[in-house]
Amino acid sequence: MTVSTDIPVRVTDIETVAEGVKRFRFATRDGSKLPEFSGGAHTVVTMRDGDTVRRNPYSLMSSPFDGSHYEISVLRTVDSRGGSVFMHDKVKVGSEMMISQPVNLFPIDRRGRKHLLIAGGIGITPFMSMMNQLDREEMPFELYYCNRSPARGAYIDRLSGLYGHRIHTFFDDKREALPLARLLAGQPLGTHLYVCGPSGMIDWVLASAREAGWPDENVHSERFLAPPSGKPFKVDLAKSNKSIVVGQYQSVLEAVEAAGVDAPYLCRGGACGQCETSVIACDGAIHHNDHYLTDEEKRSGKKMMICVSRIDGAGVVLDL
Amino acid sequence: MGLIFKDETFRDDFTFSNSPEAIRRFPFPFHEDKYMYTVNIEPHVPGPKGSVYEFPIDIDEHYVSDMRDRALVLAEDPLRCQSLPHMLTAEWDLVELLMTSMARDYPEHFSLTRDGDNWHWINRPLGIDQKFIFGDVSTLPYRPMEYITRQCQGDFCLLDQRDGDLWMDSGIVSSQADWSLDFDVGMSFKEWHAPVPLAHEAGVFDRALKFLLMLQQGRPVRRLNWTMTINSRLDTSPENYHKWGTDRTTVTPENVGDKVHLRVELQGLWRLPRSNAIVFSIRAYLIKMKELVTVPKWGRRLHRVLKTLPPQIADYKGLSRYRQTTIDWLAKYDDGLPTSPGCWPE
Repeated sequence: MTVSTDIPVRVTDIETVAEGVKRFRFATRDGSKLPEFSGGAHTVVTMRDGDTVRRNPYSLMSSPFDGSHYEISVLRTVDSRGGSVFMHDKVKVGSEMMISQPVNLFPIDRRGRKHLLIAGGIGITPFMSMMNQLDREEMPFELYYCNRSPARGAYIDRLSGLYGHRIHTFFDDKREALPLARLLAGQPLGTHLYVCGPSGMIDWVLASAREAGWPDENVHSERFLAPPSGKPFKVDLAKSNKSIVVGQYQSVLEAVEAAGVDAPYLCRGGACGQCETSVIACDGAIHHNDHYLTDEEKRSGKKMMICVSRIDGAGVVLDL
Repeated sequence: MGLIFKDETFRDDFTFSNSPEAIRRFPFPFHEDKYMYTVNIEPHVPGPKGSVYEFPIDIDEHYVSDMRDRALVLAEDPLRCQSLPHMLTAEWDLVELLMTSMARDYPEHFSLTRDGDNWHWINRPLGIDQKFIFGDVSTLPYRPMEYITRQCQGDFCLLDQRDGDLWMDSGIVSSQADWSLDFDVGMSFKEWHAPVPLAHEAGVFDRALKFLLMLQQGRPVRRLNWTMTINSRLDTSPENYHKWGTDRTTVTPENVGDKVHLRVELQGLWRLPRSNAIVFSIRAYLIKMKELVTVPKWGRRLHRVLKTLPPQIADYKGLSRYRQTTIDWLAKYDDGLPTSPGCWPE
């Protein structure tokens, strides 16, 4: 049985900070302090939309040292799941929501002599709190921040004001390209590299770093995957003795929760490993969409990460 | 009502003893009549009033003498406290955890006033009144971890999390059961657990590491570990083996009750907020055999546990030499009656 340590909060401020990006500010309903956290951490926001419950992870972007409020930024994406649309269209100042305790899957490696941050678009958010902490703890850093256009780039003025020459921006519509190869070749020994942004960009940066001879230990990335949609399938929960159907736009984890079964989770994006579940039997193919299981584990078909992975077939029996 | 602190020693003349109340609250670790390694981790939530689990950080009647013993250990061997440079933020996190817990749960003994980063800490039992700036090392007489752990019972290790592993990159270890921070500092989770027998094969460390990597803020966990010690010595370190190793040869049927101690470690693990590190606390409780058998269930059960203990575990815990003598002594307190489930006294 999991003891819930979720925090009841109220939305105290909403601001549009760039094209399609809104910033939400949360404070506790009883006025108590929110826990401090470490740069790069996220919170899972529970959205109650009628009978539908969605839980999405968002990077915390306010100061890790200010417990009076948390801030997240949400990019409105017209996907079929509707989490960001709900946040943009239905959440108002005064709305009451639940958020999880901070969790950090993208922490600063404090052994770094320098921290090189590469952000694409909304991937800026984990770096907001990270830079706050790097600055406060006097650790050298530089941010390379890529956007389609100045209008799409959130927080550029604020960051330039705070960190000056440490902030470098690049805009597609001005045909400015991130000089990645040169950047990776010219860093002092002991530099750690962090990247967050669209999947293609992360792949590019990771591959370039490896090619340039960077040790894996010095390269860090964070990608939250929205649970992919797919054909509905049946799931039998062996321990709870329940049989459920996972809908087209639902994850297994969401269907399990809707059935009232308690399943552990932290990131809900295929990264952390908390929701690893044993597969007892499977009639179909498991589509492993996570970044956690090893290739060997995926091939074995004995485990799946129920926050993002699906079955292509009739159904699956899980040890839940 | 405040605690009454005893004046006692954990070396030389070994005047340590437990009051009847301290015996009743001893964290007896065996929930059944046998013992094997398991991942016995549970949420570190408040337990029954008066128990060692009542508060996150337990302060007891041995506090003042315990802290005096730590100061003696550190004076002889400063390497018992080490911290790699990247652990400073975690050290401050530990200062916050310990000061806020102690001041909240033992207000008659400790108080903390915070005004932004200006903190004022008062420790009445040790006569300390300290104003300092949180985050500014120059405002404390020691580095942050050493400062606060000279005032808090238990050993503490700060574990950095990176590359899917935990690294023992900082700690203060002065009351340990035969392991050395100086040897282990900088090691990964499986490296520092390498000497433990049987548990690796059972997959205990794979599961424990996976679990701890996902330890969450606001959800601390705990477990108990145990060994046995001859005389009430807290500092049974490899560094001082020449001082205590031979004590094991001094156990006779006549002195078991006084000399042989069950040593239980209440281990707590917290995710720290600013550093994302984990603090691992190891708080040792000692109880003499003659004190332990005043709880009939515990006398019966320890006798049975020691009789059936796998020899590899007895060897690893260093009790093979006096195990049989202790079993023979405890036999007088085991009438063969069944014991109730769970660890608590009947």
